[in-house]
Amino acid sequence: MDWALLRSLTPSVIGILVRRGADFAAAEDAVQDALVEAVRVWPDDPPRDPKGWLVTAAWRKFLDATRAETARRRREEHVEPEAGPVPDTDDTLQLYFLCAHPSLTPSSAVALTLRAVGGLTTRQIAQAYLVPEATMAQRISRAKKTVGDVRFDQPGDVATVLRVLYLVFNEGYSGDVDLAAEAIRLTRQLAAVIDHPEVAGLLALMLLHHARRAGRTADDGSLVALADQDRAKWDTRLIAEGVEILQNALAKDQLGEFQAQAAIAALHADAQTPEETDWVQIVEWYDELAKLTGSPIVRLNRAVAVAEADGPRAGLKALAELDDSLPRYTAVAAYLHERDGDEQTAARLYVEAAGKAANLAEREYLTRQAARLNRKSPPHR
Amino acid sequence: MAKYLLLKHYRGAPAAVNDVPMDQWTQDEITAHVQYMRDFAAKLEDTGEFVDGQALAMEGTWVRYDGEGKPPVTDGPFAETKDLIAGWMIVDVDSYERAIELAGELSAAPGKDGKPIHEWLEVRPFYGTPPTIPEVTWTGHCSGA
Repeated sequence: MDWALLRSLTPSVIGILVRRGADFAAAEDAVQDALVEAVRVWPDDPPRDPKGWLVTAAWRKFLDATRAETARRRREEHVEPEAGPVPDTDDTLQLYFLCAHPSLTPSSAVALTLRAVGGLTTRQIAQAYLVPEATMAQRISRAKKTVGDVRFDQPGDVATVLRVLYLVFNEGYSGDVDLAAEAIRLTRQLAAVIDHPEVAGLLALMLLHHARRAGRTADDGSLVALADQDRAKWDTRLIAEGVEILQNALAKDQLGEFQAQAAIAALHADAQTPEETDWVQIVEWYDELAKLTGSPIVRLNRAVAVAEADGPRAGLKALAELDDSLPRYTAVAAYLHERDGDEQTAARLYVEAAGKAANLAEREYLTRQAARLNRKSPPHR
Repeated sequence: MAKYLLLKHYRGAPAAVNDVPMDQWTQDEITAHVQYMRDFAAKLEDTGEFVDGQALAMEGTWVRYDGEGKPPVTDGPFAETKDLIAGWMIVDVDSYERAIELAGELSAAPGKDGKPIHEWLEVRPFYGTPPTIPEVTWTGHCSGA
């Protein structure tokens, strides 16, 4: 059976229940219950109209829960919302806005999006983020309370949705759920319901990075630098798709940070060998990106690109203008000093950078660079 | 979203403000302390930030490999070991500032005379996974955002 189809129906079915009078929290619970039932029933008895089946099942779950609640409260005057036909309107986009509402913390927005838009179970989300299921259940339940009073038909902010999807893609935790693939699925689905150049830009960015995934790590899980990656492992189909989506977005002439990031990723993906990389254009895109975001991290990246385009001295000069407390500043400095031929300084900085790394893979990578240089020219004792 | 270890020491941390060992507290003071710790964990579960909390026995054993076919060598416990871990709380929070705030709250657990212990807790970040889109493309670019 088609699990992707089943899960892609989640937001619009929630929307239908809400339009029939269910509050969002109850509708979301009912649809989760219906999804569980679908997983059980569909393999033996596939429905002809999956969406209609889900709406009916979810509505029944909702009524059951409402009746139980009503009986518990002994409130006989409680009026049940009327069931109606399945409308043509699709509230998928509204669900994205609601789940990324600015009143939510990033972790709550991520969890709620994965459940109410992605149709993942609480257990799957908990496993993906390596927290106990009870903790994740609470996080989702609180998030639902937080957005409980938000009007469903309010227009939302696409930028907040994109930030949430970016987070899902970027925090590649390892569990049963492939979060990067899930983020791509959710961004594709978003791009299908809204025509927005930055949505397209983010989708292109994800596809272009995902395309390189197989080349990014060695068999032992260690990081492989871009210049050392086996480019035959890159997924050319995903690259072509990403480039096409990006070109269509750029043609609208409303540049945003995700389009600019995707443009840089496209230039890397476009090079058959590291030497063919168009670093001059990459520097130009970093300049655009710096203008759009004002981010010092972007300028740190730019320093590396400048070194590739104009030589390590130019890169070091660009680096000198930045705050040395920036994350990964020391790693960049180590690399640029090595390129400049100062291997002893580079080795010392690689060790220092390894101590500041934010994850084990980077620490090991940086430590290996230091070890490589130290073997060539042992440090003074 | 990041995980932090809030680490509590039997020995090795700087002295607390209310630095009276538990064996000199009243029964009620001990009960109040234990209740505070339970409530704290329950509160974190409620906010969706709790990952784990464990306490360790005071005495442990040192172990090392002793060569092919031999059983491991054991030694200790060593009374002189400077750093003795008592237990931990692991939280999953949105920011470093939140981890610090929670550690501060945990350090306020009541001790002698029901007053906060003000003990020093160590906050240590977990290593995360490398971002799919690297923030910085250092060193020949582990990738190229």
